[in-house]
Amino acid sequence: MTPDTPAVACTRLAYSFGDTRAVDGLDLTVGEGEVFGLLGPNGAGKTTAIRCITTLLPVPAGMVSVFGHDTGRERMAVRRLLGYVPQQLSADSGLTGRENVALFARVFDVPRRERAERVAEALAAVDLADAADRLAGTYSGGMVRRLELAQALVSAPRLLILDEPTIGLDPIARTGVWDQINAVRAATGMTVLVTTHYMDEADQHCGRVGLMHRGRIRALGTPAELRQGLAERRGTDTLPTLEDVFRDVAGSGLDDQSGGFRDVRSTRRTAKRVG
Amino acid sequence: MSEAPAAPRSASAERTAAASLLLTPPQPRSGWRLLPARIVAMCAVELQKLRHDRTELYTRAIQPALWLLIFGQTFTRIRAIPTGGIPYIDYLAPGIIAQSAMFIAIFYGIQIIWERDAGILNKLLVTPTPRSALITGKAFAAGVKSLIQAVVVIVIAAILGVSLTWNPLKLLGVGLAVVLASAFFSCLSMSIAGIVLSRDRLMGIGQAITMPLFFGSNALYPVAIMPGWLQVVSKINPLSYQVDALRGLLLGTPAHLGLDFGVLAVAAALGVAAASSLLGRLAR
Repeated sequence: MTPDTPAVACTRLAYSFGDTRAVDGLDLTVGEGEVFGLLGPNGAGKTTAIRCITTLLPVPAGMVSVFGHDTGRERMAVRRLLGYVPQQLSADSGLTGRENVALFARVFDVPRRERAERVAEALAAVDLADAADRLAGTYSGGMVRRLELAQALVSAPRLLILDEPTIGLDPIARTGVWDQINAVRAATGMTVLVTTHYMDEADQHCGRVGLMHRGRIRALGTPAELRQGLAERRGTDTLPTLEDVFRDVAGSGLDDQSGGFRDVRSTRRTAKRVG
Repeated sequence: MSEAPAAPRSASAERTAAASLLLTPPQPRSGWRLLPARIVAMCAVELQKLRHDRTELYTRAIQPALWLLIFGQTFTRIRAIPTGGIPYIDYLAPGIIAQSAMFIAIFYGIQIIWERDAGILNKLLVTPTPRSALITGKAFAAGVKSLIQAVVVIVIAAILGVSLTWNPLKLLGVGLAVVLASAFFSCLSMSIAGIVLSRDRLMGIGQAITMPLFFGSNALYPVAIMPGWLQVVSKINPLSYQVDALRGLLLGTPAHLGLDFGVLAVAAALGVAAASSLLGRLAR
């Protein structure tokens, strides 16, 4: 592998559910070590794109590669490089924090002699060492998110994929989760691909963002570049927000298609579990 | 629920940097060693859950106890069913072991739907675990649960005076039969889960098929006294082969152990294949 092999490369990625084209010709390159934010409203195709990259949805060979491994052909190789935190709070409430992390150590083939230590390190890295032996069912929403981060970290992934990591969390917990992500990234240098529809978070934490709308990336760059670009186009002195940029690229079509009933329902369900 | 304020994490970042383990990916297991490792992982989770919450273990013991206590005792007195000279409650005990193990396995698909809804399944599918290995792991995890249930029923039966074997080799065979049959029934359940995709529908179908599977087997009465059409059902019902094996091993009645274990193993393998190919429907 050459040093400049991108962490993620999507070439004209397309995926449809029946007649609905969730992802429609997505081109995306995420460099190693980047924190890349995939932004967009509900229904923009972010989650579908993520599920294609994580091998959850079958895509033909040649569309997506992770560190040079094709997700269509080398599924196992791709999975070994990934840490994945889905949108839902996915820790098993019937297990303790430690057992939740140990499961992922096991399925990533961590040898028995270093399992306990690795699990303890992952829990310590997200500040859950003290709560490790409590059932995950007793954790708060923010704690569950951090536990999921530990589950993803235990296998030392090169690419961490987070789907709406702060959805439904209160502002303090949101900050806590981002602090955790940034600390881990600083320590390990891993690449982070994150989706969110909170533009302010992306502005603050992502090195580069892609604004996604109707299955495609409509604008790409650092948050500052995108905001500056819009200011120049409009000829204004005040710097617009990332949200303004988004409204600009998405145009008037923003309201009619975004956020189908199913997305709203799943968002609500997640919010309810967060409590 | 509110989250405790999270302080900036610079301290933990330094800790992570110092911790070398989280920087080196584990060596992948390959080839044949992967499957046993995944089975162990899934069984470990099942045992950990049972350790934290034993309610299910206790409530699940009630029904088989009632079957043996009420149905068994009564029919022992009536002597209506030809059992080949052994007390009816003895004859019944292996059938109830098989039945209670099947009841656990047949609703196992509900758990996989719950895991789908909670995002746990998706996360497992993004680990280096082939779908067939995940299903096999889950099937054996259901087997572990059934095995514990079987031990409970054997103890109840022994307390009620059923004369069972204590030969360790034969008990090992009993365990194997229970695990294989549970693997089949849990895969049947996970296959249905992959088709109907919702807990409520799976619950309904589970309820609808458990009784026919139970009554259409030799668990309560010998095949010979069944009407012809029911004998056909019993012939294609893996539960019958499990009961035959359990009876032969526990009571020493004439059994066809080779055929029984053969059918159970093939059924389990087919179940794994079917459930694995339907798992993708739950993932999307």
